[in-house]
Amino acid sequence: MDYSQFLAMKQEIGLLVVFLLVFLYDTFASARAAGATGWVAVGLFAIFTLFGFCPTVSEPAEAFAGMYSTNAVMATIKNILNVGTLIIMIQAITWAKQDAVAIRRGEFYEMVLLTLFGMYLMISSRHFLLFVIGLETASLPLAAMVAFDKHRYESREAAVKYILTAVFSSAIFLMGLSFVYGLTGSLYFDRIGIAVAEGGLSLMLIVAIAFVMGGIGFKLSLVPFHLWTADVYQGAPTPVTSYLSVISKGAAAMAFLIVLCQVFAAAYADVWEWMLYALIILTITIGNLFAMRQKNMKRFLAFSSISQAGYIMLGIMSCSELGTAALMYYVLVYIFSNLAAFGVIGAIENNTGCVSMEDYNGLYRTNPRLAFTMMLAMFSLAGIPPFAGFFSKFFIFTSAISQGSVAIYVLVLIALINTIISLYYYLLVVKAMYISQEQGPVATFRSSGSERFALWVCVAGILGLGIVSCFYNSLLGIAGV
Amino acid sequence: MDITLIYYLVPAIIMFCCGVYGFITRRNMIAMLISLELMLNAVDINFVVFNRYLYPEATEGMFFTLFAIAIAAAETAIAIAIIINVFRAVKNVDARDIDKMKN
Repeated sequence: MDYSQFLAMKQEIGLLVVFLLVFLYDTFASARAAGATGWVAVGLFAIFTLFGFCPTVSEPAEAFAGMYSTNAVMATIKNILNVGTLIIMIQAITWAKQDAVAIRRGEFYEMVLLTLFGMYLMISSRHFLLFVIGLETASLPLAAMVAFDKHRYESREAAVKYILTAVFSSAIFLMGLSFVYGLTGSLYFDRIGIAVAEGGLSLMLIVAIAFVMGGIGFKLSLVPFHLWTADVYQGAPTPVTSYLSVISKGAAAMAFLIVLCQVFAAAYADVWEWMLYALIILTITIGNLFAMRQKNMKRFLAFSSISQAGYIMLGIMSCSELGTAALMYYVLVYIFSNLAAFGVIGAIENNTGCVSMEDYNGLYRTNPRLAFTMMLAMFSLAGIPPFAGFFSKFFIFTSAISQGSVAIYVLVLIALINTIISLYYYLLVVKAMYISQEQGPVATFRSSGSERFALWVCVAGILGLGIVSCFYNSLLGIAGV
Repeated sequence: MDITLIYYLVPAIIMFCCGVYGFITRRNMIAMLISLELMLNAVDINFVVFNRYLYPEATEGMFFTLFAIAIAAAETAIAIAIIINVFRAVKNVDARDIDKMKN
């Protein structure tokens, strides 16, 4: 065996090294030094994130007889996920200081790194065996992370709901995969692609694609498979919720793009274009309609993230380089906007324990800077012009329309109408913070340095990513438009 | 009588459907987990049979099955741990009692 092929997996190996170092520090550090575990993990991971931007990392490479492959697009989406994970790890430091969590805080950082490793495999695999291993590595430790507050009832309930639905969806996914194997005789992405193109349309292929879409759609919480989302997001600890809503979703979106556009490209017009069409309309609309009724902030952001996943899917719809670039840009902007919102929620929860929307009434008078950050996040998620969210929606609509059929115009029109509907519930939060008069708003508090730093980074991202055009242009260049 | 492909595929599909039915109707979480195991094992049968009958020149399906069994075991271990954790809270494994979250 040629061991030098492991060198193709630069980012995976780097991540494993970070994981091992954090694990060793967590295991062997003295009781006094153990308090710094979070900062050690953040520091190591920050160095690793910077290393990901080296030009050698983005060179195309293959390993294991083509089962693993990487190129500039894969390296870039991994870098985007790294940046998001780094922000979440910084945000989690204050949460991890609580007594109930502090003795196990190392485990949280280790599991974050492990699930990220699984997502890397999902993105880079070109063989379904490696893909399934990556998918499970990404979703099983997440169940343990959802159950992390093991003395709080909601966390347990959320975890049991997550693990049962996750295993169910992966069983459905594997069933679809077995049909694909039966039809094509291979599990390599490129060979399946050729066999699907030669074999033509069959009922079994349609069932297989529907099952595969169901399995990955679960991770993305697209609408017929979204029922776990609200409960899990509400019950999980806030850093885990933000991890689920941005990183896990971003990785699954990229994997979905690769599976649909590489493996099933030949069945695009006949089979999955219309399935995806229906999924997008359902996801955006139902996510929006349910988000209006929510009173709990985490539940509200769960439904908001469902409808955002529908917008991300618009990037897959066109199955082109433009769509890939728009998807990466959307995920990047979504990471900053959503993490700003979760950062504010986490800060308020850590200091006062409040998570319902009523508690946000009059927040502006007591904590003006947090309220302002939350407002920026809401504006960006809704897509109001000067902020990054507007540009990401604009580019993703452009990429969908570039395909040019009337049906796609209708789809984008529906998505546009839904953007206007979503303004209503995003502005409800802003109204609560700025306009509602309440007798007892949450008390003024000073959030910790790590929380403030993470929020500053998010605000810079929201303000800068849209207006500074070099980000989108470089993504376009990487995708090869 | 020749045992052909279909003699394996039909039981596998029946097993899978039993698993789906059980997962949706049973309310005991352990029984739901057993239903999930049925579904995963049906997938394993499918892979092995497709490999043996349709593509015997390579062993891709068999190897996939080996990995799928290991993954299923890991899933069960985590699910059991989480169910035990819930059991400590509510002294029950009935899924109908796990609904305290909505609003």
